[in-house]
Amino acid sequence: MIQALSGNAAVAYALKQVNPDVVAVYPITPQTVAMERFADYVADGDVDTELIMADSEHSAMSCCIGASVAGGRVITSTASAGLALMWEVLYVAASNRCPIVMNVMNRALSAPINIHCDHSDAMGARDTSWIQVHAENIQECYDNIFQAVRIAEHENVRLPVMTNMDGFTLSHATERLETLEDPQVQKFIGEFKPLYPLLDVDNPVTYGPLDLYDYYFEHKRQQVEAMELAHDVVVKVGEEYGKLSGRKYGKLELFKTEDADIGIVVLGSTAGTARVAVRAMREKSVNVGLMKLRLFRPFPLEEIKNALKGMKAVAVMDRSDSFGAFGGPVFSEVRSALLGEDIEVVNYIYGLGGRDIRQDQIEQAITETAQVAKTQKVKSYVNYLGVR
Amino acid sequence: MKQKGWKECLWGGLIVDAGNSVLYKTGDWRSQKPVRDTEKCTDCLQCWILCPDASVKVENGKVVGIDYDYCKGCGICAKICPFDAIEMVQEGEE
Repeated sequence: MIQALSGNAAVAYALKQVNPDVVAVYPITPQTVAMERFADYVADGDVDTELIMADSEHSAMSCCIGASVAGGRVITSTASAGLALMWEVLYVAASNRCPIVMNVMNRALSAPINIHCDHSDAMGARDTSWIQVHAENIQECYDNIFQAVRIAEHENVRLPVMTNMDGFTLSHATERLETLEDPQVQKFIGEFKPLYPLLDVDNPVTYGPLDLYDYYFEHKRQQVEAMELAHDVVVKVGEEYGKLSGRKYGKLELFKTEDADIGIVVLGSTAGTARVAVRAMREKSVNVGLMKLRLFRPFPLEEIKNALKGMKAVAVMDRSDSFGAFGGPVFSEVRSALLGEDIEVVNYIYGLGGRDIRQDQIEQAITETAQVAKTQKVKSYVNYLGVR
Repeated sequence: MKQKGWKECLWGGLIVDAGNSVLYKTGDWRSQKPVRDTEKCTDCLQCWILCPDASVKVENGKVVGIDYDYCKGCGICAKICPFDAIEMVQEGEE
């Protein structure tokens, strides 16, 4: 079916089609509308979900963890300060191997207070052992929810998944998208198979015991392995979803990279603008290609290396900064992935607090990166795009 | 007890076998140990009632010893003893 939905409405619709056992939430802009809509579905009896309206995001995630270890399929949603308040329990969710799916509508962090898009919230949670995917448009936001359920619940993974989408740019914009029928969704996600559920009283289990120097390290090592195994699961689930919907997903998406001398790497909705900029620069005979990172955790090191190999210079766009570090988080990791390759990697930090990113600004970054490729000289590795 | 590697243990530190706390000997947490004077002890069992770790061994209504495998050395027994029959001694000094 073809529908015109806002990002919030598409997420709520996807959640309705998943029909999770428990949703625990606390409202925060720009995610509130999605949860209001979902609450309507609950009130109208369209889903069987137990909706818990928690007293904070810390409580919301704690409820999710409790429901998940009890043996339920659990989904939630948050943004910005909400995600930051969950910080402690994000680790608990991942470490207890709760396959929770959380939609994050990326928004800047305070202060000063700002409700618009950047990726500071998601990047702050990048070490929590949550799988992170990013969406370019509302179709992807919708599609990612179902795939996230499958990835999180896969027996080799059993880690929570964060589906990121740009606040306002996607949450409050309306786009055309193709939706699946409810039975198709149910068939794709399958029945939830709880592992070691607390409510199985015949097989008692203790969650979250004291775990000191004698075993904690082993349990962390297991999480590393789960992330490693998630790579294949993301690809297989993306292919299977392609067969169902006609929209195949992978770890990253490439545009005109095969013969490119220079590359540009982006996350999220900026990929759309970047694609237009790449096309325009190609017409000006600049051999540029675009890499859209869909998967940020686990980090697709091999695919990035293979796609960018042979290029002379690459610009990495970061919609968050890591104050005091050498560049933004995406830059640091991409540059480290390319260690040993003869490629100059430069960083463009842009769009903080929802500052608009325009085609001409991306073209400017491409032009400067082309200059780096030509001269093999870098004026500045870390650059700020669009700041006065 | 041989410690398991990361490939062998359950994730998240999950415990699926009930009653396994007996396998974890907490006695090595102790810095002071309770030493009982059998002459002064009247077997009133106040120490047995109040020991948080069931480390006062009793047989046929009489105290027969302290289980140093699990006693953490909290000193509650020495504090509560109405006959001053239990003294806390620094580990390694006895």
